[in-house]
Amino acid sequence: MSERQGSSRERAGTPAVRPAATAVEPAVRPADQRELPATGTAGPATATRADAALPSLWSVTWVRARVELLAFTREREAVVFTFAFPILLLVIFGSVFGREQIEGGVKFAQYFVAGMIAAGLFGTSFQNLAIQIPIERDSGALKRLAGTPMPKSAYFLGKVILVAFVALVQNVLLLVIGVIFYGLSLPASDRWPTYLWVGALGITACTLLGIAATGLVRNGRSAPAIISPIAIVLQFISGVFFVFASLPSWMQSIAAIFPLKWMTQGMRSVFLPDAYAQQEPAGSWEHGRIALVLAVWCVIGLVVAMRTFRWRSREDG
Amino acid sequence: MTDDYAIRVSGLRKSYPSTVAVDGIDLAVERGEVFSLLGPNGAGKTTTVEILEGYRRRDAGEVTVLGEDPAAGHARWKARIGIVLQKVNDLSELTVRESVHSVAAYYPEPRDPDEVIELVGLAEKRDARGSQLSGGQRRRLDVALGIVGAPELLFLDEPTTGFDPEARRQFWRLIEDLAHQGTTILLTTHYLDEAEHLADRVGIINAGRIVEIGAPESLGGRATAAARVRWLGPNGVESVETDRPTTLVTELAAQFGGEVPELVVERPSLEDVYLRMIGHQP
Repeated sequence: MSERQGSSRERAGTPAVRPAATAVEPAVRPADQRELPATGTAGPATATRADAALPSLWSVTWVRARVELLAFTREREAVVFTFAFPILLLVIFGSVFGREQIEGGVKFAQYFVAGMIAAGLFGTSFQNLAIQIPIERDSGALKRLAGTPMPKSAYFLGKVILVAFVALVQNVLLLVIGVIFYGLSLPASDRWPTYLWVGALGITACTLLGIAATGLVRNGRSAPAIISPIAIVLQFISGVFFVFASLPSWMQSIAAIFPLKWMTQGMRSVFLPDAYAQQEPAGSWEHGRIALVLAVWCVIGLVVAMRTFRWRSREDG
Repeated sequence: MTDDYAIRVSGLRKSYPSTVAVDGIDLAVERGEVFSLLGPNGAGKTTTVEILEGYRRRDAGEVTVLGEDPAAGHARWKARIGIVLQKVNDLSELTVRESVHSVAAYYPEPRDPDEVIELVGLAEKRDARGSQLSGGQRRRLDVALGIVGAPELLFLDEPTTGFDPEARRQFWRLIEDLAHQGTTILLTTHYLDEAEHLADRVGIINAGRIVEIGAPESLGGRATAAARVRWLGPNGVESVETDRPTTLVTELAAQFGGEVPELVVERPSLEDVYLRMIGHQP
């Protein structure tokens, strides 16, 4: 019982008059009240506390983006995988098939870079989030955040900023390597707006779908086993590794349901000459349909994500 | 906001498909109080606390935490509570400083993050990443993240599980400091000494029910329970249970003409009381 000396039992004051509970800090506080710092007028229990303005969504989003970027850049495996994998594929396919011509007098390297950029965007958004978020959920990170006043949208916006940053770096790397080693021609100046909207709409759709997919994934250990095959199959049937028009028509039909096919098609419209549009199954780039399909996937992703997102792991009950 | 209770619970029930986790709990915690829920694993402590924290939905009962229903989960309400969860292992890539600063940014009037780091004793580890901390340091970081928002009410769910004795003492001092500042604390633990040391009142919980609530020294009628007096008599160890131990000892002293050999006077320990309440025969 001697351990009880200085225990909570001997705290001075009743709850109503406890000094720390007043709005204004007294100029001189008893010694035992001084140990614990509180900024400004923020005592632990004040009437004004409840009225204090919560931090704005944008300030919290900025903090979240910083946390995401710091955590991402420090996870060496994630950085290497995210950036090196598409580049590795570009090097392998570029070295094997790079000089070959495909229909329309286009070098395969040119065709393949368009596909790799789309696949890279898909990987950084859908694949990364659908694998990373369940790991965070298992670690308790999401549960912790859900217990704070952080606006939940700030978490998702932080992820969007991370995805946008990674996608930007990855695109620059792919373009630089394509230009230097595989004779890639950069898009004509009038193609850059297409590049931007296809890229932005594509990663928005895939980011939302990646978040939505986390509701289907039981835990962080099973996530790669579920998500990676989806990503690989989609890459094969969506015209990333093979010329899309040369795929069997049933495969083309399946691919046309999913966003990656439309992203690769959009990127081809950026990197290939307009004449090549004749080689597309529809005989044109179908910009309107690309925008429509990606927008529909944005809506589906958003609705599913809002309905099924879990802040606690399933094991947590 | 007008009442003196930080937490009020009545008739709380929660079932999972295979078990009844909480089976009718009534509870009231005053502002400024340190209240401990003490019970064996699986007694319903965490379920109860997570309902109060707003993480879980209840099946039945009234729950008011800082004047609000936790199920509503308003951001303003969350800004007034602090949560130290069981089993979290996040933020491993960030340094202590980065973690505490980032969480502080979610609150309207946070404490100074650097002072909080000092307070929990992680000043020397401020630039270490979460993954580089020991178990005890990691738990201190959890507490730092729980208090950096300057909460009126702090939830601590089994905060010292796996601590060595020295780390536990240090941790207790930290909690005592917070209590001195007027923070209301709800602590769950399965360590008797922890509840006895820290709590103003202890609620013993078993199989989803509160068995008894009281100050640690009076639980189970400990303070007034019959004392057991033991001594070494001529025919071996003798033992008598009595309501008047002083009288008995005086008599014994007269009988032995001074010192009574191997004299022991004891009342039931918290452990005796606890084990009896949760249904174990000592």
